Formats: sequence, C-alpha cells, structure tokens
Amino acid sequence: MGIFSSYLHFYAFLASKDMNVATLEAKARLRFTEFFSLRGATGPLLGLLALCVFLSFATDSFLSIRNFLNVLDQITVLGIMAVGMTFVILIAGIDLSVGSVMALSMMVLGYLNVEAGMPMGVAISGALVAAALTGFVAGLLITEFQVPPFIATLAMMSIARGLANMITNGSQIIGFPPWFNMGAIIRYGGFLTITVAVMLVVFVLAVLFQRYRAGGRVLYAIGGNPEVARLAGINVKRATVLVYTVCAGLAGLSGILLAARLDAVQPSSGIAYELDAIAAVVIGGTSLSGGTGGVGGTIIGVLIIGVLRNGLNLLSVSPFLQQVVIGLVIVLAVAVETFQHRKK
Amino acid sequence: MTSQNRPPILSLRGIRKSYGPTEVLHGFDMDVYAGEVVALLGENGAGKSTVSNVISGTILPSSGEMTWRGAPYAPANPREAIDSGIGMIHQELLLLPHLSIAENIFVGRYPMKAGRIDRKEMEERAYRGLERLGLDISAKRTVEGLSTAKQQLIEIAKALTLDAKLLILDEPTAALGGAETRLLFAQMEKLKSEGVGIIYISHRLEEIKQIADRIVVMRDGDKVEEFDTADLPVRTIVEAMVGRSMDRIFPDIPTPSDEAVLEIRDLSSALGHFSGVNFEVRKGEIFGIAGLVGAGRTELVRAIAGADPIAAGHVYLNGEDITPRRPRDAIGNGLVLVPEDRKLQGLVLSHYIQENIAYSNFESVTTSGWVSNARVKRFAGDNIEKFGIKGRGHQNADEMSGGNQQKVVLAKWLAREPRVVLLDEPTRGIDVGARSSIYELIVGLAEQGVAVIFVSSDLEEVLGVSNRILVMSNGRQADILDRHEANDVLVMELATASRARASDQGELVKPTKGAQGEWHG
Repeated sequence: MGIFSSYLHFYAFLASKDMNVATLEAKARLRFTEFFSLRGATGPLLGLLALCVFLSFATDSFLSIRNFLNVLDQITVLGIMAVGMTFVILIAGIDLSVGSVMALSMMVLGYLNVEAGMPMGVAISGALVAAALTGFVAGLLITEFQVPPFIATLAMMSIARGLANMITNGSQIIGFPPWFNMGAIIRYGGFLTITVAVMLVVFVLAVLFQRYRAGGRVLYAIGGNPEVARLAGINVKRATVLVYTVCAGLAGLSGILLAARLDAVQPSSGIAYELDAIAAVVIGGTSLSGGTGGVGGTIIGVLIIGVLRNGLNLLSVSPFLQQVVIGLVIVLAVAVETFQHRKK
Repeated sequence: MTSQNRPPILSLRGIRKSYGPTEVLHGFDMDVYAGEVVALLGENGAGKSTVSNVISGTILPSSGEMTWRGAPYAPANPREAIDSGIGMIHQELLLLPHLSIAENIFVGRYPMKAGRIDRKEMEERAYRGLERLGLDISAKRTVEGLSTAKQQLIEIAKALTLDAKLLILDEPTAALGGAETRLLFAQMEKLKSEGVGIIYISHRLEEIKQIADRIVVMRDGDKVEEFDTADLPVRTIVEAMVGRSMDRIFPDIPTPSDEAVLEIRDLSSALGHFSGVNFEVRKGEIFGIAGLVGAGRTELVRAIAGADPIAAGHVYLNGEDITPRRPRDAIGNGLVLVPEDRKLQGLVLSHYIQENIAYSNFESVTTSGWVSNARVKRFAGDNIEKFGIKGRGHQNADEMSGGNQQKVVLAKWLAREPRVVLLDEPTRGIDVGARSSIYELIVGLAEQGVAVIFVSSDLEEVLGVSNRILVMSNGRQADILDRHEANDVLVMELATASRARASDQGELVKPTKGAQGEWHG
C-alpha cells in the first residue's frame, strides 16, 4: 500500500540547496536502494529467487551469463507489453487488444518499409502511431461512451487483428534491412542487444514515471477510487485515455522488437499475448481491482514467467505441461497475496 | 379511534438498539392495531428507519420485546418477518426491471407444478393481487417502463400475495405525483377496511392528515409524542418533531464583512435535482443550508463545486464568472468541496493518509511534475498536526475512526487555503468531541475571511453555527433566513411546505384549520 512512503528522503536534495557533499552522496545511495526496493512485490521476488536456486541445482546450464542473456532476449516482447498493461490495470481497467495491436504495428512496419519503400525511421514511427491510435480510440470509447474496458478492448482486439490481416491479405512480409535483425542478435559489449536495451530503458522510464511523477501517482488515486480522484481535481478522463494510448503504443513497440527478432512480420503474431501480459502483471502483485501494485512487481512477474519457461525447456518439460505450470503459478501468486492481505 | 378496546396486532416494548457505544434507539414502545394507519414521524436520523428495520427483521434489536398477533415475535431476518405476515416496502424500489410483474411478485417462491414453474397459476394469482389494488394491467408485462406509482403498488401487491397483515411504507410518495398519490391512498383505504395495519413513514406532513389515524413522533431515538388523531395543526406536529432537546454548546460565530465573495445566480441542475437557486455568501460568513433528505442540498453544493453538471445559471467568485464544468475548475479558483460521503467520495480508504492528502495537493509536493516523497511526508505531517488528526502519515485511512477520517478530508482540502469552502454534512456519524472541534474549525475559517457553506441535516447544528440559513424544499429555494429570525419550527415548516407540490396535488392538499396562514403571517 505504501506507494509513497518507502521512497522518502528521495529527491529531498532538490528542495534544499545548501546540502553538503556527504549528505548528497548519502542521498544518492538511498536513492539507488530505493529505486530497486520492491514494496508489495517481495513475495514474487522471493518466489523468483527460489525458482532460480532450484533451477541452478536441477540443471547444468541454467546458471550462466549466456542463459541469463537468453532469458532477457526472450522476455523483451512480454516485458514491454506488461508495462503498459500494468498502468491499465492500476487504474482498474483491462486491455485485451495488446496482442492484436502488436500484430497491427508489425504489419504497418512491414508495409511502410518493405512494400512502400520508406526509410525505417518513418516505418517505425508509423507503426507506433498506428498502435497508439487504437489505444486512443479504446480510451475514448471507455471515457466518452461509457463502454466497459473489457468490451471496448475486446472490440479493438478484433478490429486490430482484422486490419493487420487486411494489409497483406494474411501473408507475411520479409525483406527488412539487415541491420534491423542484427539489433536483436549482436550483443554489444558482449552483453546487450538493442532490443534488450530498449526494454531496459522502458523499464527504467516506467518505474521513474510511476513512482516520482505526479502523473504516475495520479493513477493510484484513480484506481483506488475514481470519484475521489475526480473530486480532487484530477482529470480522470484524460488520464484514462492516455493510459490506454500508452499501453497500445508499448504493444506497438514490442511488435517492432519482435519484428527485429524474427526478421519478418506476419498478421497472426501475438495471439493470446494479452493473457501472458495480464498474467505477468497479476503475478507481480498488481491487483485487478486497481490502486495497488506497480511496474516493479510486474518486472518480477515477467522474469518469473521468462525464467520458468526457460527452466522448463532446459528440463525438457513438454510445452503443454508448461502451460499447466504457469497456470498454477498464477493461482499461487494470487493466493499468497490474498492470504497476506487477510492476515493483516 | 375505536381500536383502543381491541388488542393491538403488533406491539413493541422497550426496544433498544446500539451500535458499539452509541445507542440509537432508547427503549421504544409502539402499538399498531388492525385496520389503522399509524404515521411514524421524525426528523432525519430520529430513528424511524431503525424501528421499521427492527419490525421487518433487517436489524436485530439489542434488547426489548415484540408481540405479533398475541405471540412473541423476534424475526432473525426479513424472511421470517415476511413469513409472519409483515411486509416492508422500501423507499427505493427493489424490482427486477427485465422480469414480468408476475415474476417479480413471486421471485424466489414460484408456484411449482410437476417440477416446473406454473406460469398460469403465477400470473393468475399476481393478477388477482393487482386487481385487489385496483390496478388493471397484465401480470405478464415487464416492470420496465411502468410509472413509479405502479411499481410501488406492485411492491404492495407482492406483500399482499404473502398475506401480509401489516405493511410498513417508507416514504412511498417521495417520487409520486398528485394523481399517483391519490391512487395509492385509495388503495391504502381499501386495505384498511380489510383489516391490514399500516405503518406509514413520510416527511410530507400535509399527507399525514389525509391518510393517518394516529401519529407517533420520534426524536433522537425516543418516542416523544403520540397523537390519537391526525387532525392537528402542522405546527403542533412540527414542534413535537423538532422538540427542545438539551442545548448543545456552539462556539460564538463571527460577524461577516459586507463584501460578497460567492454569488449564485439562477442556478439549475442538469439532472433536475434543483432549479432557480439564488444567493450570495459574504467574506467570513457561515452560510447554512437546511432541508429534508432529497431536497437538493447535496446536489446544489456539488454543482457549485463542479462535481455535478449545471444546466443554467452562474457562479461568480468576487464578481468573476467561474461557473465550473468540472471539479478542477472550482478547485483552481479556490473553491473546495468536502463531500457528503467521506468513505466513497473523500478518501481512498486503502491508501496512506499522506497519499490521500497529496492527491489534492500535488502542487505542494512536486517540483516541475516530480514528486518529492520527503515533501509528501512533511506536508502531510504538518497538516496532521495543524488539524489535530490522531494518526500518522503512513497509516491507511481505513484504520482510523470516522471523526479522524473526516479531519483528514478536511485537511486535504483546507491545506489548499481556499477562499470558499463547501462542507456537506461534515459532522455526520462522528462523536460529540470531534463535532465540536469541527465547529471550531468552521468558525476559525470564517474568522480568516473564508466564505463557508455548511450543509447539515442536523437542524440544531445549522441554527447554531450559521450566520444565515437557506432552506430548501423539493429542489426549490424556500427562503433565506437570518440567524436571529431563524428557529427550528420555522425551518421545518419551510422545509416540509413544498408549495410546488401542493399545486399539482390539487384537492388532495386541503389546508385544514389551524395550520392555514397561522405561521407565515
């Protein structure tokens, strides 16, 4: 619950100018630890660590830098999508359209770059704009026409998927410039691919926004009680439209990264991805009724899903059984949270 | 009445009800006889609903006894009350709009035949029930689209098919027009002649004369007066309702300046809750708004604060038109609302106090949009101290007492140093100590030159704390009274007068001797 409180002292140095260097350093240290503090997500974090310890002993290959980087590569799409979904769920909404919107973004990218021959910069911008637009429309449906978020984004899920298919009549597009795919393959400094770097930047910006921007704090108020937020002078409608727009835009961004990884786009991409994103958010401790949780927890949730899939593959568990295991993890995560809540 | 020789069908003896340390019903006695209408009257919060809920099994009394048709009666739940033959018709209708009338009447106890619902039987019995009330409509039709009066009658028909011998009607005419009210009263007469006893709760005193045989008046959880006839001057009834309870201590209130801060011109609600309201509030003035529940007081202050849409009219602040379209407009101009329901409108209960205070004070805790947690904590801490809140910043709002929650809501708004403060029922449901500290706070604001608008259902409180009082009745501005000319009886008369209704009820409202012209002159 204490969204504000654990990060106290943080930014205090902004307010007092005559602070000496020593305290500044102390503040900076505090700031560092606070940034990585995970209020409300300690349960999922312990779960993640336990999972990692178990897999380190159960397999030969899990505990290695190389495998860790693999996991990061594999979670880029889900990770970025889940960040947007976190904001939506934080305001007690839901977005079922992200998988389809991702496919639409990929097809717009392919069409603009390969078919229309435009430079990649234009194609990427176009894809992001197309994706964000779907979220903007869904947001307007929800705020201006009082359509429940479930229905509005269900409709958008169908519309975006249809549009994605219409662009090439269902077939895939290949032929992106070679550097595009290299961005997902080359590990700069032996470490980071461009796609993973993009994901990390999104994570950092999202955490900063949610914890330290007034606009981020407002989302908690809206999720906690929209009428209280409205009476407090918060523009609930605008914030809601923006949240759906950003969520769809991030789904579009994850589509661009997937296109880079696959070096191809096809309109059937991303089917049921919205459910993975929702699962990651829920495992990370954000309540579907809104007002509690955050991106920090979601990152843990995404890592749990990523590590679990990776580990189960290393253990040669069948993909069907993997689905069952992930389902059980969702139940476990929510049950633990409910239990803790009741104990309080 | 003649009934006094016969034994009552229902009697209540020494009924008490406490919530925690607060007793809301102090040993209430009452009798109801077959074939009579007893009016149960009292101000808001006098305990009428508690009594009817005890009889209908919704609330269990803390102590006391009830007798129903000669046998001890203690319903554990509404089902038992219904099975005993006591039906309660609530103020808000509880019908299922998409089902047919017959289905509504028999929901949960459908007549069965060979394992299936016997529709024919159900519809026939429902139709007989409707007919008994003089309603000639098909029981097969859906409830949706029926007038409120007809829906009310369907509720009554439902109670009658259960063979109710006692009906409790809670403000049944609140939403009815003149003709509909006449229809309802005609049916009540018919039920009386069939020996059904009726407890009738209403704020419309002029109706009471029409329909009631006896009157029981409640105040502060006690029966204060019982009249064996309803043929009384309205003033007598009002005086009994208002009473002269123990004088509470209110602080001395300051004299406002002559400078008008807030001006309301011809304000009308877009939702139809009130219309044509005009007044001005001066610098340092405490302006009370009185009226019955549903008179439009809350809706009026919400509209002024931009929380509800305005159809017509203007709000001027220091001569400038600031008619707000959303809460933000009003807040930006230094006009804040402390809403009626602190739990649903004032606080995010599951969040910290310091967060709740920050939600309406982001400017004070941010630097170019970046929130400083240190400032959030300090800002909350300062205001917790300033307003005497018992609690800490990192405590959840739902862990606090009602009085302290209310202080947090006040703090969250007063921290903005507003020019106009609208307080909607700021003392509802809080204890005496917290009340007087809220009065002190109001007076303190006025002394600083803030214009305070103060809505309350507690008449004594409005009279005690206000410089002037606006009385509202049925969405209209009945009058504005000066502190020295206002008294409880006058305010209640204005609040219950509802001149607008009197005209559309035609011959229904015949001013009887005594009440007529006696007071307004």
